[in-house]
Amino acid sequence: MNEALQTIIAEGAANILAFSGLGAGIAMIAGFGPGIGEGIAASRACEGVSRQPEAKGDITSTMLLGQAVSETTGIYSLVIAIILIFANPLVGAYASFLTENVLGK
Amino acid sequence: MTDNNLEVMTSFELFGKKVEVVTDPNKQADFKNDVVFENFLGTGFNVTETIFNTWIIMSIIILFCIATRILMKHFKEIPTGFQNVIETIVEIFQNFTKTTMGEHNLGFAGFYFTIFVFILLCNLSGLFALRSPTADYATTFALAIIIFFMIEGFNIAKNGLGNFIKGLFEPLWFLMPMNVVGEIATPISLSFRLFGNLLAGTIIMSLFYSMPYWFTKIGVPAIFHFYFDLFSGCLQTYIFCMLSMTFVSNVIPVPEEKVEE
Repeated sequence: MNEALQTIIAEGAANILAFSGLGAGIAMIAGFGPGIGEGIAASRACEGVSRQPEAKGDITSTMLLGQAVSETTGIYSLVIAIILIFANPLVGAYASFLTENVLGK
Repeated sequence: MTDNNLEVMTSFELFGKKVEVVTDPNKQADFKNDVVFENFLGTGFNVTETIFNTWIIMSIIILFCIATRILMKHFKEIPTGFQNVIETIVEIFQNFTKTTMGEHNLGFAGFYFTIFVFILLCNLSGLFALRSPTADYATTFALAIIIFFMIEGFNIAKNGLGNFIKGLFEPLWFLMPMNVVGEIATPISLSFRLFGNLLAGTIIMSLFYSMPYWFTKIGVPAIFHFYFDLFSGCLQTYIFCMLSMTFVSNVIPVPEEKVEE
């Protein structure tokens, strides 16, 4: 194994790790949508409570339910970001690709 | 740095050589699902923190149930003390079931109360320096799979197999794949919601605890524990029960005589 090739391979692995970190950061942009949506739901619930204080319990539980459902997209992006950072599957794929294609020749 | 301080993060084979990525565990946030007993009782089965903490929570619930069962023999017509507490809890949960699922589904109260107490204790276990079992996808997926089979099972049992299959082709026949995906997405979104919230809390708190300054460990973690364990934990428990109740009660038709009244 010559040293130049080893450096190139190490650089490839480093690139994969770096872009995985970037990808995790970009995935978390999805936090935008649920944040705005839940804020709108909460503001409407506030209006509802101020108009009809006796329906506070129903409004709160409906709001929480809707917010929980709309939060799902944010949670998906969070899970993807966590996988990319802490359980990265791409480095292993890169290593197996190298052993199959470069070492085989 | 000596070799015994290092921990292998990932390892893979490259050109016949084993490459190991190592880290110093003393400088790293510790939120991993560590193995407590390796090769438990010679079964070749590794008991992780999740399983061990679930056992602790299970034993708490079982002991409480046995104590309640024994004390129930001395319960009187006019409640006092311990009986008051038990009756209040049961009544609150029956009212919750009634408002969410309707009067005819009151029988589900016991099942959902079990799920509620289990998830609540799992989420609150972060307060006692245990890793939350719900921060492991296995636990939340198991819970969600129960709900999934309850939804489909009650749908078939109450509406009949024909109506169940017909329901997949509604409103138009070519929307069938969408309906199937929607059915499968239900348990996934249920489990990911609980798992993601709890895991995010666990990671953020362990990152905070791993800061090297001593003054960050005074007072400030209490706020994090209040938000992530108490507030978020209780809210996610409530939402999991509420959503699964809604999903199950959606497929159960309202009895006719109730409508006519």
